[in-house]
Parts: sequence; C-alpha cells; structure tokens
Amino acid sequence: MADEKEKKYTTVSIPTPLFRKIEERIKGTGFTSVSSYVTYVLREIIAEDEEDEEPFSKDDEERVKERLRALGYLD
Amino acid sequence: MVKPHGGRLTERLDFSDRAREEAMEMPRLSITLDEARDLGNIGHGVFSPLEGYMTREDFENVLEEGRLSNDLPWTIPIVKDVDKKDVEMLFQENEVALVYSNLPIAILKVEEIYPYDKKEYAEKVYGTTSIEHPGVAALMNKKKHLVGGKITLINDPPTEFARYKLWPKETRVLFKEKGWKTVVGFQTRNAPHVGHEYVQKTALTFVDGLFINPLIGRKKRGDFRDEVIIAAYETLFEHYYPRNVATLGILETEMRYAGPREAIFHAIMRKNFGCTHFIVGRDHAGVGNFYGPYDAQEIFYEYPDLGITPLFFRSFFYCKKCGTVVNEKICPHGEEYHVNFSGTKIREMLLRGEKPPEIMMRPEVAKVILSFKNPFVE
Repeated sequence: MADEKEKKYTTVSIPTPLFRKIEERIKGTGFTSVSSYVTYVLREIIAEDEEDEEPFSKDDEERVKERLRALGYLD
Repeated sequence: MVKPHGGRLTERLDFSDRAREEAMEMPRLSITLDEARDLGNIGHGVFSPLEGYMTREDFENVLEEGRLSNDLPWTIPIVKDVDKKDVEMLFQENEVALVYSNLPIAILKVEEIYPYDKKEYAEKVYGTTSIEHPGVAALMNKKKHLVGGKITLINDPPTEFARYKLWPKETRVLFKEKGWKTVVGFQTRNAPHVGHEYVQKTALTFVDGLFINPLIGRKKRGDFRDEVIIAAYETLFEHYYPRNVATLGILETEMRYAGPREAIFHAIMRKNFGCTHFIVGRDHAGVGNFYGPYDAQEIFYEYPDLGITPLFFRSFFYCKKCGTVVNEKICPHGEEYHVNFSGTKIREMLLRGEKPPEIMMRPEVAKVILSFKNPFVE
C-alpha cells in the first residue's frame, strides 16, 4: 500500500514563504492541506493546455451533414 | 468548439465485412443491451478518452481519486464483469467477440482480468452499500471478475430511436453548422414539467444553443418510459421551443443513480458532445434520500480541470403571489404561496389519468403522456 501511494504522489519543492502564504490562504476553506490547494491550482492551469482536437476531414464532415439533413436537424 | 475530454475524440470503429467475419470466428462473450449501448458510447467517443473497458489501474484510480490513472477527471467505472467460466476462456484468448442477441457488437482485446471488491466499489461510487440503492443492487448482482482492454466497435448497437440518435461527431458538426459557439447540455430522465422548461430556458438565455439530451436506457420502476420522454419533448419543442437555438438528441446509457459522481460523468459526456456548459439541478442523478439535495453541485468544486462549465440551479416553483415561475433566490414570498413541481405528485396525477394543472405541466405535454396506456417503467 505504501508503494502504491508512493507511485501516485511525488514531492515538489516550493519556497517556504510561498508555502506559508498558502497555509494562510486556505484557512477556513475546504482545502485541507497546501498540497491539495497546489494540486487544485495546477490542475486548473494544465487543463487549459490540453492537446488540440483533431479536426474532421472534409469528407467526414460532408457525410455527417448529409445524415443530419436526412434526420431533419439541418435544412 | 470545446475540446473533447482528454483532448481528442475517441473513435474505435471498424464496420468492414472483414472485421465482422473475423468476429464470427472468435470466442464469444455475451453482453446485455446496456453493455452494447456503452460499447457504442466507447466506439463513437461519448466516453472519450476511454478506448475500452478499464484495466485495474484506471479502475482503482477512478474508485480512489475520481480520476483516471493519467489524472483526468472520471468518476464512474466503465467495466465488464465476467464469471469463472469466462475467466478460464479469456485466459486462453487474445481477442473475443462481445455479442448481444447473436449480433457481434465489438471485438475486445483482452489486456487484463482482475477481481474487485464490490463493497469498496459501492462505497466509493454510490457512497453507500445499501442494497436499497438501485445502483448498489445492480452491482451486487454483477459477476466476480472484471476484464479490461481496448474494444473495436463492429456494429452499432440497436436503437428504437434512430431519429434522435446522435454521436459526438454529429453533434459537433451540428453545433458548428448552427453557429453555436456556446451550448448548454441538459440531462434528463423525465418527461418535462414547467420547472424543467424554466431551467432550460433560463440557461439558454446566456448561451447560443440548448442541447436537450434525454438518457435512454435501463431505469428504475416508476420512472417515465423512454418513448414517453421522447414524445413529451417532441410536443414541447413543437409548441414552445425556437428551433434555431434548441435541439433534441438522445444518449443511450443506463442510469447509475450515483448522484454527485454521476453528475460529473454526465458533464463529461456532454463535453464530448460539444457542450460548453452543463445544467446541474437539485439532486442530480440522485435516488431516494441517499444524497444531499445539492451534493451533485458541490462535487464540481473538486474538478477545476473538467473543461465544461456547470450551471447550478436551485429548484424552480410557481409562486401565487409573483404569479409566475421563480426560484428561492428571486422570490421574497413565503412557502404558503409556492406550488412545487413535485415529480411524485405529477406522476400520481398522471397515473390516475388526470392532467396536472397548467402551472405544473404544459397541457399539450400532459395530453401526449396520457395517450400512453402506461407511461411508467413497471
């Protein structure tokens, strides 16, 4: 179990004054630790940088439009 | 257009004759209609980024963290249960055909077979081990092992509602063609009452388009039958919805009644359909008193990286003093003036063959529901 936990979490160093500021900031919030707050913030930032969607090919798109017209979704 | 969950729309499709012929030669694993529908959802990207049934690492991470092993939000296990006899067969095979009612739906590449703890599953996903909970009751009837691996869809699962069956690729093209940059998704397992309409139209006021996406699939006793939900929405659309900003398409998957966790799952699926926003009301995907009325809204604060914006709504009700439909945030009057849109009350009236009052349900909608001999799941 300890190994499992070790695999799922790792350590990152941040400056101690920043750590203290975060400790102050999370007082009275739902965050139970500096780690959970930092994880939250980083997830929010990383999500904005997701891999780009592969666009559909023109043929693909035309086929889809044809079906949508047949179903009455498009004129 | 909003990116699919994980950045790319999954497509695991091979509708070639060759793939279908090969599947006929493979050992078979029987599946239910709900499982066939979910294979369709994997193959066509409704469950993006999943490419198949979860292997142990993803399964355990979903239970423990509400995330896939790559840290992407995911709250409901997508797994296939197997019995001892199946396990013996699967250990011998690399690929098996997943067959519903003699129709091979998909090919499964067997990657891992593993046992699981049903009690832990129930606690983590449903927040209870009570078999009074329909999701837990269904789980307790599952077989003892799970098989994980990628799938390839070779036949679309059968549907009774082909007219409204849209996959994410299609909704994404549809929204683009309609010029909708922002789209709000609405999940429902009910025929619409006036409260639903107010929630939908309030949300629509702030975005370009509304995608009403009823969930079609196994439900519990007393829920509206699928054909009733569709007919009721068709009627509502005909009389009360502008076509250029609202559309209707179905999602075929079973209700899990997992409350907060299912709300996240529902939002992820709508993100894959191309929705930028998702409506979360009171007791979303809840059942009985297993969840707090707004637990399904609060869980969204744990997922800053979900990639779809939840729109939280309190319950709407009719206020006799205001003379219109309002909610607790905007109505200053006491409860004695309020008429709640009680699903139970509306059901009881419909069961007695009575039309609910117009302030609760549009008369055209009530009429179409009452035209069904039995509008509810038995």
